[in-house]
Amino acid sequence: MNIWLNFIIESLAFGATFMYGSTGEIITEKAGHLNLGIPGVMCMGGAGGCLVLNMIGKSGLPGPVIVILGILGALAMAMLMGLIYSFLTVTLRANQNVTGLALTTFGAGLMKVIMSKMDSTVYLIGPKMLYRWPFADRTDALQGLGVLFFLAVFIAIASSWVLFRTKVGLHLRAVGENPGSADAVGINVTKYKYLASCIGSGIAGLGGFYYIIDYMASQEAYLSLEIFGWLSIALVIFALWRPHMTILGSTVFGFLFSCSSQIANIEGITVTMAAKPLLKMLPYVFTIAVLIITSIRNKRENQPPASLGLSYFREER
Amino acid sequence: MEKKMALSMRGITKRFGSVVANHNVDLDVYEGEILAVLGENGCGKTTLMNMLAGIYYPDEGKIFKDGQEAVIRSPKDAFDLKIGMIHQHFKLVDLFTAAENIVLGLKEEGRYDLNAVNSRVSAIAEKYGFHIDPQKKIYEMSVSEKQTVEIIKVLYRGADILILDEPTAVLTPQEIDRLFDVLRSMKADGKSIIIITHKLHEVLAVSDRVAILRKGEHVATVDTCDATESSLTEMMVGKKVSLNIDRIDPVNPETRLEIRHLNCLNDEGLPVVRDVSFTVNSGEILGIAGIAGSGQRELLEAIAGMQPIDSGEVIFINPKKNRPVTFFHKTLKKVKQLAAQGAFHDWNGNPVSFNGMGNALIRRLVGSGEVLFNEDEVIDLRNRTPLEIRELGIRLSFVPEDRLGMGLVGSMGITDNMMLRSYRKGHAGFVDRRQPRKLAEEIIRELEVSTPGVNTPVRRLSGGNVQKVLLGREIAFAPKVLMAAYPVRGLDINSSYTIYNLLNKQKKNGVAVIFVGEDLDVLLELCDRILVINSGAVTGIVDARTATKEEIGLLMTKTDTGKEAAQ
Repeated sequence: MNIWLNFIIESLAFGATFMYGSTGEIITEKAGHLNLGIPGVMCMGGAGGCLVLNMIGKSGLPGPVIVILGILGALAMAMLMGLIYSFLTVTLRANQNVTGLALTTFGAGLMKVIMSKMDSTVYLIGPKMLYRWPFADRTDALQGLGVLFFLAVFIAIASSWVLFRTKVGLHLRAVGENPGSADAVGINVTKYKYLASCIGSGIAGLGGFYYIIDYMASQEAYLSLEIFGWLSIALVIFALWRPHMTILGSTVFGFLFSCSSQIANIEGITVTMAAKPLLKMLPYVFTIAVLIITSIRNKRENQPPASLGLSYFREER
Repeated sequence: MEKKMALSMRGITKRFGSVVANHNVDLDVYEGEILAVLGENGCGKTTLMNMLAGIYYPDEGKIFKDGQEAVIRSPKDAFDLKIGMIHQHFKLVDLFTAAENIVLGLKEEGRYDLNAVNSRVSAIAEKYGFHIDPQKKIYEMSVSEKQTVEIIKVLYRGADILILDEPTAVLTPQEIDRLFDVLRSMKADGKSIIIITHKLHEVLAVSDRVAILRKGEHVATVDTCDATESSLTEMMVGKKVSLNIDRIDPVNPETRLEIRHLNCLNDEGLPVVRDVSFTVNSGEILGIAGIAGSGQRELLEAIAGMQPIDSGEVIFINPKKNRPVTFFHKTLKKVKQLAAQGAFHDWNGNPVSFNGMGNALIRRLVGSGEVLFNEDEVIDLRNRTPLEIRELGIRLSFVPEDRLGMGLVGSMGITDNMMLRSYRKGHAGFVDRRQPRKLAEEIIRELEVSTPGVNTPVRRLSGGNVQKVLLGREIAFAPKVLMAAYPVRGLDINSSYTIYNLLNKQKKNGVAVIFVGEDLDVLLELCDRILVINSGAVTGIVDARTATKEEIGLLMTKTDTGKEAAQ
């Protein structure tokens, strides 16, 4: 297969991690909540899924059941994090930035404890191939795209559809833009904020699970997960708060991220030892560039939700 | 004919902490009537209505709808009872279209179909005589259009009780007439309308009955046909207030500010101030009349250095008395010449002439700083930063729609807000808090600001008190030009008069006052001259002593054919 096509497919597979993370963050932000806890949520999602696999991996259950239970475990753990976040920020009206940062530190730390205590062989080798459907038999890059990858694409597109084409989406966006207005027309602001934070966290948590189990499928994967949480948050800006745009964004990010290791495989390109760290900078340089460009393009529709980061209290005067 | 009771409130009490906003209020609304709720600012009108709309929940008391006790715990409950409120600050999502805002929160059967919504919105608009484009985004709309969206939003939900919170505050006279026509046609349709307003003539013009609130309590409900402006005012404020504004003739007016062919562009590059020229004199109040958003804000901001000037000049003539003559800027020959013309004087005001003096003696006299002259400094403000302009004594007290937008920081106390002007003073990096605190206390005492203390966040104060704090601070720095934009917007009569008196006092002290107002009666009574602005261009400067309301109204709305054609 063409080496460039290979490269792009690999970028897609890698990008699915961000796709989950930023789709989740977009849904949360659309409700007016900046969840900086996404890296922690992704970590805990991964840990939750692995925990379930660790428990049932050797139980002799059929493969697909194990896979589904693993996904549910990841979802449950991440949504629990989302619930903590929304309880603190919605009900107790704590500062969103501080809460989010605390959750990131907490989640990343707790995940390391959980993961280091687990029997890695069980959850890595057993059901791994099952995630590879329908390309499990392929030997080329396509085998990297499995069920969880397609789920990420589906969730991104479905989220966009819900946000911009349905009434639920209209209400959710109204809550993020102007909760006072939404409240005045009888939308249950608290409910929407809770649901958006929890569902968003759940989706982000799947990203962590995908990264450890599917994309990396390695014992050490969890050590590098937190970084991708931060990149997911940066990607939200690139995607202009539109979930389907994360598909493009995450591919670009994935491409840049794997540049340093992959580009040497391409004939005619030699990468010196000195150039490698420079190439590793690419995704971060790109993030800064994206931030600058989106700030310059000053269109109302492309701005963050108007009440992002602000707590809502109905009786505030 | 006995009218059917639509809604009644009994013994409603609402407290915010230790503040009682409403105490034991009774209120009745009949079907097919317009009820005006009248009261001073901070008397609890809006709070009372918010309890009907489900924004607040009463601490005590009961609400009955069509004879049944109703519990309104949320805006949704209010909609279910067919009660709709049009808030003073529109509750619209800027980024959405009119139609999206209208269906927001509705639980309709079937698919989410915006096209169907658009046509239904148009149908309602047609029925009551509105004009609206359902697909226009809110942030592109004028205030009047936004209000239309709010009203249609409520009608779309089938409300039969409409509550309008100060609906006319932001409209032009023509728009108000149109709104009243719509209200009357809704009344004819059997709907009950509650309208909150300060403007007595509107109460008399549109309502059937008037309920008067004072300090959170219900004073009386009277039939409008039995009421007069003075009887209503008396009930509202509890004592008779004179409606006359004291206007003195300007003393020794001198030109302070000269604006020549000023042009400004807005963010989109469209002209907002177009070829404006006028002068402002000391010791007079120059009124600026115009429909909201005609460029008043940009004009004042351009003078204050906050709005980039595209072309034109803003000349400030800084009066300088008793400046010592120096040889730095005048030669000996010139000094002798000027002295012969009698341009110089000494500290006692006696003219100084150098007749028969030798050059050495003249040099010595001038060098000692004993020879003085008066010369006005001519400064082009275009090249100055806002800070420099402020230091020159040009003060802008701008009160945008939300009252706290510019000028004051809502979450800071009065002292801290005073420090916004003096934070540069103080020693070695530390700010001086003592002076601002003294000033804050002085303002509270002199202007009768009602506040729990100097450190209470100003956003907790009522509109009138916020305004007093803001004006008080600007006045305390002895301005030469004082610009006040909408200083009485949303204020009750008593607070308004306090502000008028403050401005008059400044005028008496020789300050050049620019007053942007919306109430033409006030402009005509308070100002000396009135500049009328219409879509960024001056359409006339009239003498407030002789001009009529109709004359100004005409200038405000004079159609500008050039602009129409361009759009």
